[in-house]
Amino acid sequence: MAKEKKGVRLEHISKIYQDPKTGKDFYAVHDANINIEPGEFVTLLGPSGCGKTTILRMIAGFESPNEGEIYLGEEAINELTPNKRDTAMVFQSYALLPHYNIFDNVAYGLKLRKMDKDTIREKVTNILGLVGLEGMEDRMTNQLSGGQQQRVALARALVIEPGVLLFDEPLSNLDAKLRVDMRTEIRRIQQEAGITAVYVTHDQSEAMALSDKIIVMKKGVVDQIGDPHTVYYRPVDEFVADFIGESNFLRGKLTSIDGESGQVMVEGRAIEVAERNGKAVGDDVTLVLRPESAHVADEGALPCEVVLSRFMGHYQNYHVRCGEHLVKITEFNPKNKRIYEVGEKAFLDFHASDVHVL
Amino acid sequence: MEIPSARLFCIGVRAVLAHDLGRGAMAKNQSAQLDRKKLMADPIMVTTIAVLIAFLTLFILYPLAILMVDSIVGENGPTLDIFKRVLSMPSFDTAITNTLKVGFLVGILAALIGLLFAYVEEYVQLKTRFVSGLFKVVSMLPVVSPPFVLSLSVIMLFGKAGIITRYLLGIYDNNVYGFWGIALVQTLTFFPVCYMMFRGLLKNIDPSLEEAARDMGASRWKVFTSVTLPLILPGLGNAFLVTFIESIADFANPMLIGGSYDTLATSIYLQITGAYDKQGAAAMAVVLLFITLAMFVVQKYVLEAKSTATLTGKASRARMLITDNSVRLPLSALCGAIAIFVIMMYVCVPFGALFKTWGYDFSLTTKWFQQVFTMHHGFQAFRDSFLLSLIASPITALLSMIISYLVVKRNFRTKGFIEAVSMLAMAVPGTVLGVGYIRGFSGGIFHTGLMQGLYGTGAILIIVFIVRSLPTGTRSGISALRQIDKSIEESAYDMGANSLQVFMTVTLPLIKDSFLSGLVTAFVRSITAISAIILLVTPQFLLITVQINEYAEKGAYGVACAFATILIAITYGAVLLMNVAIKHFGTSAKIKTTEED
Repeated sequence: MAKEKKGVRLEHISKIYQDPKTGKDFYAVHDANINIEPGEFVTLLGPSGCGKTTILRMIAGFESPNEGEIYLGEEAINELTPNKRDTAMVFQSYALLPHYNIFDNVAYGLKLRKMDKDTIREKVTNILGLVGLEGMEDRMTNQLSGGQQQRVALARALVIEPGVLLFDEPLSNLDAKLRVDMRTEIRRIQQEAGITAVYVTHDQSEAMALSDKIIVMKKGVVDQIGDPHTVYYRPVDEFVADFIGESNFLRGKLTSIDGESGQVMVEGRAIEVAERNGKAVGDDVTLVLRPESAHVADEGALPCEVVLSRFMGHYQNYHVRCGEHLVKITEFNPKNKRIYEVGEKAFLDFHASDVHVL
Repeated sequence: MEIPSARLFCIGVRAVLAHDLGRGAMAKNQSAQLDRKKLMADPIMVTTIAVLIAFLTLFILYPLAILMVDSIVGENGPTLDIFKRVLSMPSFDTAITNTLKVGFLVGILAALIGLLFAYVEEYVQLKTRFVSGLFKVVSMLPVVSPPFVLSLSVIMLFGKAGIITRYLLGIYDNNVYGFWGIALVQTLTFFPVCYMMFRGLLKNIDPSLEEAARDMGASRWKVFTSVTLPLILPGLGNAFLVTFIESIADFANPMLIGGSYDTLATSIYLQITGAYDKQGAAAMAVVLLFITLAMFVVQKYVLEAKSTATLTGKASRARMLITDNSVRLPLSALCGAIAIFVIMMYVCVPFGALFKTWGYDFSLTTKWFQQVFTMHHGFQAFRDSFLLSLIASPITALLSMIISYLVVKRNFRTKGFIEAVSMLAMAVPGTVLGVGYIRGFSGGIFHTGLMQGLYGTGAILIIVFIVRSLPTGTRSGISALRQIDKSIEESAYDMGANSLQVFMTVTLPLIKDSFLSGLVTAFVRSITAISAIILLVTPQFLLITVQINEYAEKGAYGVACAFATILIAITYGAVLLMNVAIKHFGTSAKIKTTEED
């Protein structure tokens, strides 16, 4: 549907703000280098204040970068005002024009482009069909539910066939169930329209469900860029490991290596790791262990004591103490498994290939 | 990620630091440059901003600047002689003391009566429709009333030929002119404004705070003094200062009812029209300006911020109104009496226009109304006043909406200037502005003859109308726009609309109510304006307010009342029209605006 998919490239982008309280300057975004391919769905993920929305607003043109250049396709767009940029944004608050009905809201951008009436009607009808709002043209925006308003906002952005679609936490005002439905919907529409999308969220499951590529941000810096699989299983640091999903961190020292694999001493025990991630013998390392990869067992890698054991329905939730370390464990489908009680001595167990070395 | 301040760093890393800071400074430049380029790519914005800055500079800043220049530059260069001369006039010293005395008393009285009314409305069960109707009328009065109507009626009720003093009480030589006359009239004129301010404040107090105090055993009086009062204390100071500024800037009332009791505003007027001492008047105007500016700065930047900071958020639920008769009856009786007294004063004006001879012959006649139109150029006065106000009000309303839009929604370098100057106009007394225009434009700009043609035209009157109503309109526009989520306009901008299109298709429709009421407020303020206008009007224009002032001065109360009655009818009609318009074309009925998060 889109006339031309465009990529987005950020080269050494920085944005400096002034702290309103202290009056000091600080980097809201620092030296961000991002390359988004045409047609790709990319998510900027991070906690609040990490600079993800600032990046989005710089792409849209509402903010000007202090350093660096932004390219849309091959065109440098730093100097273009938002209305001259080939982007369309879906706002967190939807930002529908409250004095227009649905049709006029969606037609707004087309009217600005001076299209003739018939073309506008056809395009609006088509796009409302795509987002599942056919027949609602005459409603006012306050007569719609949150989810429907969200669809109007999406339709309004899609209908002008932008080179890039920008999403600023569009689902954060919806209730949990609707959020899950809408993200499937957004992904479907983006695929059907074949459009490049940049999506800002602090919700990691949203990022996982939607993205071809996730950009994890921390305090203004791009921390890791990768597909959901890489970001989850091969996080570059503890921040990413902890922000996306849950992680246990086991501190140890690499004692011997054998090709890619090696042995790490944790709590006085040797633990096999399948991939040592380029670490050398004698290095202090941290093992990232996901709760769902860890088990409580009668035999295993590290002796431990159960300090919490809680039935959660589809899983049993354990906290176990192994020396200095407190490890969270998610034991799925506990129905036919042995349940360990608080105070029991047992072992923490996992596969060598399930730990990631940092 | 902070760029650290140099103090925190030891010498060893100073090189790194210098590099970092240098980069930061350069980087700041790029963002500013880009913002500038984006702005320049928007010729409509740039033109609008340039025109606004030119307008504000030329018609607000420049007239005030020329006053300062004129009062310290004599024939032989800079001198303090003019100030020395003015300040050594005993009459001027008296005027300063008089003004401050009146302002202080009126500030206190108006704030207290305003608070009483607001408290009764928000806390006491009124029960009867009649009393709540009275409250509504009182809140409407300052909107529709020309500034000096109360002076007129006080003279007619309590003066030498006053109905109450002479006929009811048999006092033949009551002197209403002077300190007490001004204080009474100004208090009654300004307390409704305080009432509206307090009503907003009290509404926002969470009733559970007071309930908690009651629950712990405090009496009603104790709750008021220990919870309610401390919460609205900054608001009380705010109301006091706002009234104080209004009082010392007031020209019309002291003019009519002051008698020989001169205030600063009337002294300045007399210095120009009586003594033909324009330079002396300029120096006096500077003194008055500095007093109001100082008050304004305190009010705006200290008290206003505080009075809103203490009270945030809407009340969580409705307040339990006081039904206890021992509280209810005296309070509502007191308010009712004051309200009836004020209303009576207004009613007295049309009767003054209908009685044959006020104070002697109470038979009804239409001769004053006839005289207005046959002998006193009534038709021309209404045409001139009406036409000039009608031209000024849409310009004012549009300008104030544009300024509010720029201030609230856009970011650019000169924004602070535009906001500050348009708010500054609020603190400038009309008389000061009038003298500034005389000094600034009668001999052309900086006395060079440039733009001299403007002086004495209808255009300069229209400009004065605009400047005088701009701050009120801008203030209501700003508060209306703050209610609208910034991203609504951003979304339109993002869809490809330029600044003008955003303003016309999104901003203006969303603040239509505010625009309409701004339109009418500007009209009413213009048609009832007198303080600056009386100094600038030339014989070719007859304005109603100036006529009323003239005839009231002469003691021709019948004619003055007839003029005033028609004026009140016009302003009241305008307000009615506005309410109808808002009901039918307004936005608030149709849409709920999204709240800012």
